[in-house]
Amino acid sequence: MEIKETAVAGTLESSDIQIMISKAADGIQIDLQSDVEKQFGDQIRSVITTTLNEMGVTAAKVKAVDKGALDCVIKARAIAAVQRASQTTDQPAWEVL
Amino acid sequence: MAENEERLRRTMMFVPGNNPAMVKDAGIYGADSIMFDLEDSVSMAEKDAARVLVYEALQTQDYGDAELVVRVNGQDTPYYENDVKAMVKAGIDIIRLPKAESPEMVQQLEADIIAAEKQFGLPEGSTGLMAAIESAKGVMNAYPIASASKRMMGIALSAEDYTTDMKTHRYPDGAELEFARNMVLHAARAAGVAAFDTVFTNMDDTEGFYRETEYIHQLGFDGKSLVNPRQIPMVNKVYEPTEKEIRNAKNVINAIEEARLKGSGVISMNGQMVDRPVVLRAQRVMRIAKASNLVDEEGNYIEK
Repeated sequence: MEIKETAVAGTLESSDIQIMISKAADGIQIDLQSDVEKQFGDQIRSVITTTLNEMGVTAAKVKAVDKGALDCVIKARAIAAVQRASQTTDQPAWEVL
Repeated sequence: MAENEERLRRTMMFVPGNNPAMVKDAGIYGADSIMFDLEDSVSMAEKDAARVLVYEALQTQDYGDAELVVRVNGQDTPYYENDVKAMVKAGIDIIRLPKAESPEMVQQLEADIIAAEKQFGLPEGSTGLMAAIESAKGVMNAYPIASASKRMMGIALSAEDYTTDMKTHRYPDGAELEFARNMVLHAARAAGVAAFDTVFTNMDDTEGFYRETEYIHQLGFDGKSLVNPRQIPMVNKVYEPTEKEIRNAKNVINAIEEARLKGSGVISMNGQMVDRPVVLRAQRVMRIAKASNLVDEEGNYIEK
């Protein structure tokens, strides 16, 4: 899936994570801000990377601000952000959900 | 349908579908049914994100024994189709159709659910449905709506839209809802499905909430839609049977068992015949008593 524009999903409320995705030349680069970076930073990055891979995104710049989101919330916001950035919101990626 | 009759549905708690904190904690309050909302509590710009969030939460979160319901967007919106597909795939128990006005709308939803079950390889019939009655037309068609599908779990009155449609608003005494409540309840009973009363939104008016809940309990509603988890214990308290009702129900259950052991088709208690409505009522009392932790495993009343 190709990233066509910059898009955001999620909020800065407690238990949420805000994920912004924009175009990149190649590879997935993640800039993560989280109060639990030390304990869960790797896990959060891994959920985002796995979700993007499953959606066929190979190149993207990701900025994530975590407010204590569970894995299912991270995955949900990553999916929503990619669908918005690739302008495919109306055709959900059923196989990835 | 058999399961439909068994289940307790005193409380149906609304959970805004795009709020991760509420979605993740929805299971801890002991609601009989949890209703994730993709409709009115989610802004237009967040419909897609809410749908995915509820979907992912349903895959991983433990909501215990609660019945899981989702309110999808209306059939006249561009979100409806993907909402239904996603929630069927997620394995939700019940899809709630807002603004139901005709049996055709229910049949349309049923057809869409069947198509989604096929698309995602789920056993046909795994997803149930319910309808919310929110207009004068919906109230007049309550019975055709309630009996429109074999998958129908229940119908609910939604008073905010209804009172607007009726050119009035909600009053503390609820007189403006009298006809609608009775129509919805009769339609549900005639169709053999559950009936849910509308929400009560003023959290500061505890007395009013109790008054309304006692009233709808008296009418015979299965339960009430709720906007705040604080209302769950309040509704349960109203639905709680009294000690006398429980002891009487236990006697009826004992009489059934005694008749069964004797091989007798006639159930008698204190020399009087016990007929079917009494048995059904006793079973319902015991079910609620068990859910309220008022009886032990054998159905004996636990002194407070």
